Amino acid sequence: MLKTKSQLNTKKIRKDFPILNRLINNKKLIYLDNAATSQKPNQVLEAMDNFYKNSNANIHRGVHKLAEESTEQYEQAHKKVAESINSSPQEIIFTKNTTESMNLLAYSLIQDLNQDDEIVLTELEHHSNLVPWQQLAKQKGIKVKFIEINPDGTLNQDSIQKSITSNTKIVCITHISNAIGTINPIKEIIQLAKKHNALSIIDGAQSIPHIKIDIKDLDCDFFSFSSHKMLGPLGIGILYGKKELLEKMKPFLFGGDMIREVTQQDSSFNDLPWKFEAGTPNIAGAIGLTSAIDYINNTGIEKIEEHCNALTNYAMDKLSQIPNLEIYGPKERGPIISFNIKGTHPHDIAEILNSEGIAIRAGHHCCMPLMKKLNIPGTARISFYFYNTFEEVDKLILAIHKVKKIFKID
Amino acid sequence: MNDIELMYRENILDNYKNPRNKGKIDNPTVHHREFNPLCGDEIELFLTIEENKVVDVKFFGQGCAISQASVSILTEKIKGKTLEELKQITKEDIFEMIGVPLSPVRIKCGLLGWDTMKNSILIYEKYVNEEENGKQ
Repeated sequence: MLKTKSQLNTKKIRKDFPILNRLINNKKLIYLDNAATSQKPNQVLEAMDNFYKNSNANIHRGVHKLAEESTEQYEQAHKKVAESINSSPQEIIFTKNTTESMNLLAYSLIQDLNQDDEIVLTELEHHSNLVPWQQLAKQKGIKVKFIEINPDGTLNQDSIQKSITSNTKIVCITHISNAIGTINPIKEIIQLAKKHNALSIIDGAQSIPHIKIDIKDLDCDFFSFSSHKMLGPLGIGILYGKKELLEKMKPFLFGGDMIREVTQQDSSFNDLPWKFEAGTPNIAGAIGLTSAIDYINNTGIEKIEEHCNALTNYAMDKLSQIPNLEIYGPKERGPIISFNIKGTHPHDIAEILNSEGIAIRAGHHCCMPLMKKLNIPGTARISFYFYNTFEEVDKLILAIHKVKKIFKID
Repeated sequence: MNDIELMYRENILDNYKNPRNKGKIDNPTVHHREFNPLCGDEIELFLTIEENKVVDVKFFGQGCAISQASVSILTEKIKGKTLEELKQITKEDIFEMIGVPLSPVRIKCGLLGWDTMKNSILIYEKYVNEEENGKQ
């Protein structure tokens, strides 16, 4: 018998998320698209609302009271993020999203690479962690290599060892695959990168909402993630970088706030992290993110992880009993399950689930090369967060049986 | 029947599972592929045109039930028709042909075959024009 209890009081938690009361096609919304974006609790919405209603002003250099409050809250957000991952505020750069964090790194780091240098990614990467490297590497004639996967979607050990060599300058890998849920052995890969004097970059967009991240313990050079997948607002992403590396790197975006002194012919740049934050930032977003981290801390990241694991195991067990349903990825995984039903297309699965009020994602999940490798056009993907319940999984299973019934599949 | 059962009613499922005119034509007069990057639906259309008439049509592709059934139904409709008749087929005609309600996101799926047909004709006519201009 699988564990269907967790330490979380989901009934109480769900009261904080007004959207979960929405009716879709006269059915209560079952939101299983959390890998795309999480829902936002009242606390986060109120924090941002409060900022706009009471403290709205641009940050830095303002002498008036509102500017002082706004600056204080914006800087506090850097501290909050830094504390939560065990780093320092100077090492926390706010961007637009994980994609922008990766573009920042690609633009800034590739400038110093030479033709024989190599960049190592994996076959699991999201387009956001593939296209920036691919396009910039092409311009400079730098080779991009891909660590291959095993049939079960885990990284192939042999391929890891063979791909990372003395030519490798950058190793950039996803922590948890957004498409099939694989959890990569990032600590081992970070150590291997170090052995070869390569920089290590982790795409943590899918991991940090669920797993405690201690940057000092991981010892990677860069780690990027997005606020909106961890209860925070859309439009703010985070890039952690080691201070000594960020100090050496050239800025990505130029403009106001990132400068120290400007003449008509030259400029000097601001201290970290401001050197990488040009222009008016997403202040309300940062304030919402602070509140999201508080919410996660108050709930307990370990309890969140345990709850999502229990839901995933419960769903995996039920789904694997359904004939003609194929699940992709390894058994041990993050809270993401990608599957197909023989004789149906993922979009038809999603459409029929939607008629039952169930929100899932269908398609290539921004991982076209991975879908090609798996030889499928796409998958239907469910992904959990800690407000999801075991009853919702039961309803999902019933709805999947409805898909099979409509398509007359045994 | 509720909306979802209407959308996936017999007509659609039958054309999805037993597509009409599915396959390829060797040496077609025109061959064109359309792709919807959003959902990965893909349709290749092969037309043999003689004296401005579609004498043979086949399609190849993959995708959701709506996109594949819709093109299957369309191929049955256009076989033996003149290009002028093909050009007169409107979006609304397609919706009527498939006869099921489509949600806004699925309209693109339903019209992919029609888009492929329209662009096939454009390509064919461009080709014919160039040939004629070349002769002059």
